[in-house]
Amino acid sequence: MANSSGSRLDESQNQETMSTDDRLKRLYPAVREEETPLPRSWSPKDKYNFIGLSQNNLRVHYKGMGKTHKDAASVRATHPIPSSCGIYYFEVKIISKGRDGYMGIGLSAQGVNMNRLPGWDKHSYGFHGDDGNSFCSSGAGQQYGPTFTTGDVIGCCVNLVEKTCFYTKNGIHLGVAFTALPPNLYPTVGLQTPGEVVEANFGQAPFIFDIEDYMKEYRMKTRMTIERFPVSDRRGEWQSTLHRIVSTYLVHHGYCSTAEAFSKVTAQPIEEDIASIKNRQKIQKLVLAGRMGEAINTTQDYYPGLLESNPNLLFTLKCRQFIEMVNGTDSEVRGLSVHSPKSRHGSGSNRSSPTMSPVHYGSSNNLHPQRTPTGSGNNSPSRSSVKGLNTQNQNLQGQTDLHRIEEEMNSVNNDNHSVNGSNSRYIDEDIEMTDGLIDERVVTNGKSDSVCMNGNSHDDYTEEMEVDCPSSKRKLCGGNQEAIGKMLQYGKGLQSMSEQLRRQFGKNDANKRALQDAFSLLAYSDPWNSPVGHQLQPVKREPVCAALNSAILESKGLQKQPPLEVAIAQATECMKLMAKAGIGSCAFASVSEYLH
Amino acid sequence: MVIGNNRQKSAVINDGLLPRLLQLMIDESVSFELRTESAVILGSVAKGTDQHIQSLIDAGCVHVLLKGIFSVHLKYVEACLRCLRSIYLSNKAPADLVYQDLAIISHLVNILSKTATTQECITSIFSSCCKTQAHQNVLYSNGMVAALAPLLNSNVYKVQMPTMKCLAVICYKNESVSHAVASATFNGEPIPSLLLRLIARNRTSEMQMAAAKCLTYLYRAGGLSAKNPIIPLKTMPTLVRMCKKDRTLEENIDGAETLAYLVEVDPELQKIASITDHVISTLAVYLKYTDVQQITSKINGKKDMDWGLEMKQAAFKAFASIGANDEDIRKKIIETENLMDHILMAMTSDNAKVQGAATRCLHSLSRSVQQLRTTFKDHSIWKPLMKLIEIGCDEVLAIASSTLCNLLLEFSPSKEDILESGAINMLCKLASKEDPALKLNGVWGLMNMAFQSEEKVKSEIVETLGSEQLFVLLSDEDPTILMKTLGLLRNLLSNKPVCNLVHIDSIMNVYGTQVMQAVVFILEGDHSVDIKEQTLCILANIADGDRAKDFIMENEDVLKKLMSYMNHSNPQLQIAATYTISNLVWNEHDDAKCYHRQEKLRELGVQRLLQKLLDTPDQTLFEKVKTALQQFS
Repeated sequence: MANSSGSRLDESQNQETMSTDDRLKRLYPAVREEETPLPRSWSPKDKYNFIGLSQNNLRVHYKGMGKTHKDAASVRATHPIPSSCGIYYFEVKIISKGRDGYMGIGLSAQGVNMNRLPGWDKHSYGFHGDDGNSFCSSGAGQQYGPTFTTGDVIGCCVNLVEKTCFYTKNGIHLGVAFTALPPNLYPTVGLQTPGEVVEANFGQAPFIFDIEDYMKEYRMKTRMTIERFPVSDRRGEWQSTLHRIVSTYLVHHGYCSTAEAFSKVTAQPIEEDIASIKNRQKIQKLVLAGRMGEAINTTQDYYPGLLESNPNLLFTLKCRQFIEMVNGTDSEVRGLSVHSPKSRHGSGSNRSSPTMSPVHYGSSNNLHPQRTPTGSGNNSPSRSSVKGLNTQNQNLQGQTDLHRIEEEMNSVNNDNHSVNGSNSRYIDEDIEMTDGLIDERVVTNGKSDSVCMNGNSHDDYTEEMEVDCPSSKRKLCGGNQEAIGKMLQYGKGLQSMSEQLRRQFGKNDANKRALQDAFSLLAYSDPWNSPVGHQLQPVKREPVCAALNSAILESKGLQKQPPLEVAIAQATECMKLMAKAGIGSCAFASVSEYLH
Repeated sequence: MVIGNNRQKSAVINDGLLPRLLQLMIDESVSFELRTESAVILGSVAKGTDQHIQSLIDAGCVHVLLKGIFSVHLKYVEACLRCLRSIYLSNKAPADLVYQDLAIISHLVNILSKTATTQECITSIFSSCCKTQAHQNVLYSNGMVAALAPLLNSNVYKVQMPTMKCLAVICYKNESVSHAVASATFNGEPIPSLLLRLIARNRTSEMQMAAAKCLTYLYRAGGLSAKNPIIPLKTMPTLVRMCKKDRTLEENIDGAETLAYLVEVDPELQKIASITDHVISTLAVYLKYTDVQQITSKINGKKDMDWGLEMKQAAFKAFASIGANDEDIRKKIIETENLMDHILMAMTSDNAKVQGAATRCLHSLSRSVQQLRTTFKDHSIWKPLMKLIEIGCDEVLAIASSTLCNLLLEFSPSKEDILESGAINMLCKLASKEDPALKLNGVWGLMNMAFQSEEKVKSEIVETLGSEQLFVLLSDEDPTILMKTLGLLRNLLSNKPVCNLVHIDSIMNVYGTQVMQAVVFILEGDHSVDIKEQTLCILANIADGDRAKDFIMENEDVLKKLMSYMNHSNPQLQIAATYTISNLVWNEHDDAKCYHRQEKLRELGVQRLLQKLLDTPDQTLFEKVKTALQQFS
């Protein structure tokens, strides 16, 4: 046994060099430490007097008299074990057994008497070195495992899925010790005689026992439970539900041709008429291109009264328009700087086009005031793909459809008077991209749809060709004085709109902050590299675009969110609730894992 | 044409289609499509019942198929291989057919990696027709190990599984092959680490079990060390997991049996097993299993399987291994609820497998002094044990008689009972067997029985065994048998426990000459120190007799031998020889005979020799020499 304690079985070599944070993140990926921190050391506050701590509060020694069991002393870790660990594990090395070796290793709830060894009291559980017995909330031990002493490494694993606990000795699994454990237990050690010293490994160093292998089993079991969950599919209801989810998703984001083709094959009715989808598509495209003024006008054309009845949305759009003016991309200022295409194109959008943009997971929370009230639904992960759903999607993507998209693209590009929009060679490449994306079963969710992206990336292409070093040439409103004037004028209008809104509807913190943020761009000589510069990133257009799209749909009596996104958001939220409710299997049912 | 229905398969055979099909396959002029079709039909017949497969074999199908694999048409080769696989998996076909021509082996190894089908079929074929060490060596020398390593990395389940089975069978008890397997690599990764990936807990039970079996066989054949953490920290816990309730009964049985094999010889592994995941209490549950179930096996149709018995024997085997060396572990095992009752019941069952396993378990536990004194006595274990020896088959006999030897140790309370129920007769019979293991156990048992026993027992032993047989045993080639026979003789010629010279003298009276002859023979022979020491101790015992002393005194040859052993370089032998002298010159009753002996020994220079020996650095020898010298008057 002693031999094995030195050698490890771990396959990954880089384990040794990983930081504690990395290691813990890898062990417990589902834990959100900002809400439920992991135990990382013993607590200097939550211990009995006879306990001394050293070495970053990882080493524990006994400093009492150690005459009787009344001199027992324990210490708890800084935090309880989060349920979202699923499987939690820590190891304790016996540095010295001291006089009698009465060490106890285990778990206890907050508030359990520390003048005791773990296991003796209610909500306290321990494994004791002198007799190898396990103590389950009782002063009487039960025969459990071998004894342990100086040099041994004892591991304690809490299985939060099954609410059980087992121990290891020098990497040997000793079998289940406790069942029906309550939630929120703290790692705990207790000592009782002079000279006893133990040291904990909460994951800052590699473990002797291969806990990751154990976790693999539960990850697999959880996956099986999900995948084998029975759904009744009498008369093909389940199948048609899936079809509907795909179809509504395509419609929502304006994948017009794909949606048409899909509905043809699956006989799914499309609730919205094609023209309407195309209108939305057009507006979205404008927003994503940063041409807010045109977007607002077009919206007012197609959907009169919509923005008037949604003043907050209009304000949001206008705030964005102001930002785009600073950016030099809005049509109001864009026409003025048409003579300097370099600076126009260099204005920020090249940093990352919507296509390539990093996925800002969850960041949509505070992106836009309009989004906050819509709740978690909109905060859903931006990237999504659902196996099976997209398979059909993919199969349907025949060549003919691609051609249709291509034609559409051409016309769109021409409409936009894009500099080289009619260059079909680029379009060809773009379409391949669409194809590729679907092949990989990645559907970008909650932001630009792929048809739009094509238009955009197309633009990008030209930019890269034209702009040598865009960052150095980026100027406010494209550097055009007239444009700056317009922008300032516009800002004043925005200010007064804000005041009017407040008078009319009372205070709105979100609006206030949005305006402040937008205006603060002007406080910097180089807004792009300022602390508030992130607003200028094209990726920030996406939540605006989604909000507008949702509002349009809502106004037409359609769902403002596609059911697919609702389902994903629900599942994500459900995981959080499970974590709060102490249901450990949430650790192994990551929604995002299913989305890739 | 593929035939699914068993009745139709029979029809094909009964209508005499097989020879026709085989004819087509042999005929080179027939298009390969047609030949492939024929092979496919044979393949589907081969998926039928045992009778169907037997008909295929009888029709000479295997030969034709083995010829077929040399074809240039891959489709045809695959069809042949599929059929061969089905035939070989039934275990009906003679394995030797594959090995008759080395070209077949090397060709199979060559085409092994071609397609997923060839991989699956060829590994399956070899996994069920590698039966002897010769087979293992042939496969190894034809590059099988190197061909198998990459397949472990395959992502096809149907390939990985037979690959592991194949690796396991070629390693089983074969040291050189298992060394080669342990060091073979694929992409720079040795086979054991490839297996480590397949033993991971997110793999299927079946796969974990297969990988654990491979590693077990690798270790037992010497390819891996017991200290390699793969064995105690990966293989062992995997096998223990297979014993848990959430696995199938087959896995439970396979897990326990493989675990028994894994820890059989290494005390450290036994200790680790005893604390791994409550394995002892897990196995204890096996004993309560009483269900008889019918399982449907793919090939054999339905057959009855007594799961209760299978589970029991697996648990007994595992207990026997885990408790082989450590008293604490044995105690833990014996505390299992009603274990002894289960063992007793199993020993009287009519299933040889269960009988054997139960006896093995009993044997393991009988090494414990404490258990002999308590549990064994309480349960009158000796009764079924004796019965088993009387009627048991040879396999059970060896282990049962070995257990009986332990029950005959002097501190065993069952000794008397066993004696009274005719053990001497039984042991003498064993001692006259051909099988060395049985012979050894017979002599061993007699030796234990003769230890400090009454004269009646001793003479009964001699009478029953017969002096002739005793001296046959004394010339046995097997040193352990010789050693135990000497031990028996020594115990027979002992005066303890009562100080009564009758034993030695009465036996020497009858067999004195022969005993002395045998002793001289062994002392002159080329034997180990232990055997010679034992022989000298016999002389010492003889010298302890009364009239028996004369047998030595009258034999100058022996006396000279004694003197030369007193000068031996090994103090062990010096002590034994000196002790004999000391007994010869022992003066208790101040009788004339004694002075006579002393006189004679003095003449021979023994006293001088003893005085010289006083310089010895060996404390024990010094004491013996001193005692002997004190006797000289």
